[in-house]
Amino acid sequence: MAQDTFSGADGLLKVFEGEGVDVIFGFPGGAVIPIYDKLYHKIQDGSMRHILPRHEQGGIHAADGYARSTGKVGVCMATSGPGAMNLVTGLATAHMDSIPLVAITGQVKTFAIGKDAFQEADTIGVTMPVTKHNYLLKDPCDLPDVAREAFHIAKTGRPGPVLIDVPFDVSAGSCTWVDRDIPAIPGYEPPGKGDPEKVNQAAQAINASDRPVLYIGGGVLASGASDLVKELAERANIYVVHTLMGKGAFPETHELSMGMPGMHGMAYASHALQHAGLIICIGARFDDRVTGDPSKFSPGASVIHVDVDPAEINKVRKADVGIVGSAKLVLEQLLELVEPRQPGEWEAHLKEWRRTHPLAYDTDPSDGIAPQYVVEQLWQATEGQAIISTEVGQNQMWAAQYYRCSFPRQFLSSGGLGTMGYGFPAAIGAQIGNPDRIVADIAGDGSIQMNIQELATAVVHKLPVKIVILNNGALGMVRQWQDLFFDKRYSETILTGNPDFVKLAEAYGAAGFRVTEKDQVRPTLDKAMQITDRPTVMDFLTPEGENVFPMIPAGKTFEDMMETGPVGV
Amino acid sequence: MKHTISAMVENKPGVLARMAGLFARRGFNIDSLAVSTTEDPRISRTIITVAGDENTLEQICNQLNKLIDVIQVIDHTQDECVERELCLCKVASGPQTRNDIVQLCHIFRADIVDVGGETLTIQVTGDEKKIDAFVRAMQEFGIKEMVRTGKILLVRGQQAR
Repeated sequence: MAQDTFSGADGLLKVFEGEGVDVIFGFPGGAVIPIYDKLYHKIQDGSMRHILPRHEQGGIHAADGYARSTGKVGVCMATSGPGAMNLVTGLATAHMDSIPLVAITGQVKTFAIGKDAFQEADTIGVTMPVTKHNYLLKDPCDLPDVAREAFHIAKTGRPGPVLIDVPFDVSAGSCTWVDRDIPAIPGYEPPGKGDPEKVNQAAQAINASDRPVLYIGGGVLASGASDLVKELAERANIYVVHTLMGKGAFPETHELSMGMPGMHGMAYASHALQHAGLIICIGARFDDRVTGDPSKFSPGASVIHVDVDPAEINKVRKADVGIVGSAKLVLEQLLELVEPRQPGEWEAHLKEWRRTHPLAYDTDPSDGIAPQYVVEQLWQATEGQAIISTEVGQNQMWAAQYYRCSFPRQFLSSGGLGTMGYGFPAAIGAQIGNPDRIVADIAGDGSIQMNIQELATAVVHKLPVKIVILNNGALGMVRQWQDLFFDKRYSETILTGNPDFVKLAEAYGAAGFRVTEKDQVRPTLDKAMQITDRPTVMDFLTPEGENVFPMIPAGKTFEDMMETGPVGV
Repeated sequence: MKHTISAMVENKPGVLARMAGLFARRGFNIDSLAVSTTEDPRISRTIITVAGDENTLEQICNQLNKLIDVIQVIDHTQDECVERELCLCKVASGPQTRNDIVQLCHIFRADIVDVGGETLTIQVTGDEKKIDAFVRAMQEFGIKEMVRTGKILLVRGQQAR
């Protein structure tokens, strides 16, 4: 047993080392000075990389993008009070999308807690609902065990963000390090294999079904089950629909990919789910963006629901066979029992629907460049191989529709919380985790301004992130709703006062281009791909009035789908 | 429909806050909640009565189980249990009514724990139905103040749950 006297901060950094953490996204402050002091030499000698954002929210979204794109636990750090509060949106974002993060926040000294000290906030109370778990440390001797437990909880079962609140005197105080395994947590045992009887029932249902559809989500990515989904789909010739969170879990270029269903999904994908006889749901949760009114969603289908979180089964849709387990392990079990199957009438029907109900848009609008065209050209220019992050709103939906993904962890989007300002810092984190890939953020002019300050971070670290601004001078998605359902009362959705994005980029030391003509789109993208030592901002001027279609209005059903805009508008 | 569940939780600061926060944000209707330490000082037992249908109960149990500090959640809907509650009841009582009240206490096996000029404070234990019946009986005389602990229970038989 190795024994040394360490400070709490030493203990924390030693745990990071043991967990294979090689980058921390953090913003210093008074309460975390002891940790930053110990970090100083590690950064100097290169044993730990530290990325300083220009807002704590930028830091945590970067840790999130890093985690989504690499599969590792993202680590971020902030000081007490306002620093910790600035992490809350990022924690909620990660919590909703089940992303493994460990967030370290400083806290005032233990004896000052509860006395409204300077930069004190009830971080534990505020973050309880938006973390998988959180801890307040009182004793430096607890730090190593708690930190290791935090990593374990963050990355196992249904992943999620875990926060550790560390008072100043705990990180500065000392204790004796003891090398030992952390004790098992009595209340936490992540599911493994599925109940063999249920798996058997599921396999029988699949073998007997004549209208099966695979419905896959973020859980397939978290579990690393992509290859197995492909094997199942190919063996039994089952078409696959994927959610926003599941993009990349099954190659969208594959013949069996039937697209993304839901509110702004492809008509043929929603059709497939709505009329399936058997929905095989793996790592997805029947979210309202997919189901619309759940009572009218796919009334004729039987449902097999495979999920690592037992609370998701029967939460929205009653499962005929509910299997709690890791998607990967359950798929392995299923593949022992599912028989090969030839495509039949149902498959022919879906294929025909896909052919006759494709995505469509006006390729030559009079008042700007079609945003869908920009995304298509980005796909071409990157050969569909870039890591794509998105902001939220119309930009996000067009990115989802037109950037077809073909490998896991390729698409980083705030699906559950829908956080504007997520995409750019997430792209920064993804670029750090994947230095050899092109990383692009697809943004709107509203969203990009929420964390624009991170241009400084990207420039300092020479990150060649591509920022594709679909600039329509509006908060597009809300404007769309006002256009379609609120008599065009554009209340506070028209953005005046936007900066000259090119000048802004150059002010930070980034590259900037404005594109006003369709024939300049591809050449500009190609130029951007050649810039390797700093971020590139591209301002594409798009029509203000362009709307995202298809659309199933909120709370409505498949029958209410609008495939294109109202005629004559 | 009413259901009673036991949650065995780690005896750590903040566990109750976690559970209460969960019920609030998920919109679960909690009728009563009793929590105390058990034969194992590291573990507390929380007994919760909830209103809701089967689906709601399933969600409550599953969501509770997700809390890291919750070790086990037991649904007692199908169990044979010994259930008890304690009630303290301050009843208006004058010379005319005191004897009647004392007789009722005898019938309900309740104890008079305080005698005031115009009130009697009575302690009664029993299952929910008995306490409800006692309260109805006292309402005739006028209840000045009342407090109940909420239900606690153990499953009948020798198995520790």
